[in-house]
Amino acid sequence: MSELIVEAPGFLTTVQDLGRPGHAASGVSASGAADPIALTVGNRLVGNDPGAAALEMTMIGGAFRPTADAVVALTGAETGARADRGPVLPWCAISVRAGETITCSALRAGARSYLCIRGGIQVPLLLGSASTHLLTGLGGLSGRALREGDRLPIGAIAPRSPLEYPVDPSAIPSYGLSGPFRLTPGPQGSWFDERARRTLYESDWRVTESCDRMGIRLAGEPVRAMASRELTTEGVPLGAIQVPPAGSPIVLFVEHQTTGGYPKIANVISADLPRLGGLRPRDTIAFQAVSRSQAHALLRAQKEALDAILA
Amino acid sequence: MPRVVEASDRAFLAVFDDAATTAAGRDVRRLFDWLSRDRPAGLVDLHPAYATLLITYDPLRCDPAGLASEIERRAGKVGDRPARETRAFTIPVRYGGLGGPDLEEVSRATGLSVPEVVAAHCGAEYEVAFIGFTPGFPYLSGLPEQLHTSRRGTPRTSVPAGSVAIAGGQAGIYPVRSPGGWNVIGRTELVLFDTEGDGGATLSPGDRVRFEPMRGSA
Repeated sequence: MSELIVEAPGFLTTVQDLGRPGHAASGVSASGAADPIALTVGNRLVGNDPGAAALEMTMIGGAFRPTADAVVALTGAETGARADRGPVLPWCAISVRAGETITCSALRAGARSYLCIRGGIQVPLLLGSASTHLLTGLGGLSGRALREGDRLPIGAIAPRSPLEYPVDPSAIPSYGLSGPFRLTPGPQGSWFDERARRTLYESDWRVTESCDRMGIRLAGEPVRAMASRELTTEGVPLGAIQVPPAGSPIVLFVEHQTTGGYPKIANVISADLPRLGGLRPRDTIAFQAVSRSQAHALLRAQKEALDAILA
Repeated sequence: MPRVVEASDRAFLAVFDDAATTAAGRDVRRLFDWLSRDRPAGLVDLHPAYATLLITYDPLRCDPAGLASEIERRAGKVGDRPARETRAFTIPVRYGGLGGPDLEEVSRATGLSVPEVVAAHCGAEYEVAFIGFTPGFPYLSGLPEQLHTSRRGTPRTSVPAGSVAIAGGQAGIYPVRSPGGWNVIGRTELVLFDTEGDGGATLSPGDRVRFEPMRGSA
């Protein structure tokens, strides 16, 4: 079996696919790619199933060398990737020779990049998924980030031919230029008054250093519930905006704990969840309220645009 | 009467009560079982908790308003549903020592001697209210009132797998390593989350749990 050798792991690189949704009742959050759209497109470029396992790189990319001729694609934020023979074009299927190293550098904008390889990364599955859940050390390659010297088995077959042309530049998100994140009301929305809602929707929020696959803590004007009430622990959705007593909102992300006891004022819409994957500390973001039907219309439009690329 | 609220653009929350009551817990479990067995179109996930059930769906695979109505309809009829079969577990625990670093602190906080803390913890019969937070983690109701303590001031970034812990009026066990703010009083070797093969939690809502001290405990 051919392998992908890790020559340099980068800042934080893990094996990810589209996660393991459907097991919240066992306390298992879905995990999976922080930017599932970038992963899905990368897989299509190399001819894989949409959910084949790939490498998710964070902030600073790594260096990787296949032991056999391979087809790879780099999607997500730009990594300044180079192979032995020169710069590697992102959002495009690239042939790499056995023993040729692909070196990725620091991401100038955005936070995550994906290296998809034809055949997919083969690691033991947990609950049907290869995704790594770092917080609990489960899944992926031994539940941890990649290290120098790791050897990742690569699958021998893929269902389709690689795409012959790069993704249309107009279809590529502009990492680093984030429009507002759209929100729908959370289950404890009524705990917050008009003043708190104005703070949420009219402030600029700074992404703090506490920004990882579990959650994104924001700094800004404190948001306070009307009364200090205890919330009986309940299940929490991905993208929930929790408001602890101190008033700094936390956006729950792909490795979030499945239950929580803080009130949730709002929730990021499904269509904007992949964009959360592009946030890095010191980014400034804003929020915008939308209705559930607007949220669904945006999701449908996003799916149609993605289907066009994947065809 | 139960109510169904929007939790996100892809999740509803069925709320039976605002507090953890026996009746709400039973109703949550019945609705969870009913929706698990007879799954409406578009259903992605279910998460029972003390008095609520989180229902996650795919907005592109169903009519959300229709799903909300169906959940509300069933929530109103859970009284007619059969109770689930539950099992009894005895969990062997090595109390104190390296595996139970907070046992002394709990003894101080409660005014009970260490053997009295262990006896009180083992003397109760607990019920699994639900599994959540991290893989396989059981929220156990039934912790004797004399053992109610506050959480640790500073949570640990890593609590070892198998840690048996208490906080507030709750008892639990950390099946896998994770961050945690509860008071760790002992360690069990019993596997509560299967990380090989299919994976999955050992305990289920409604199961009855007792603890027993292993030889060599404090």
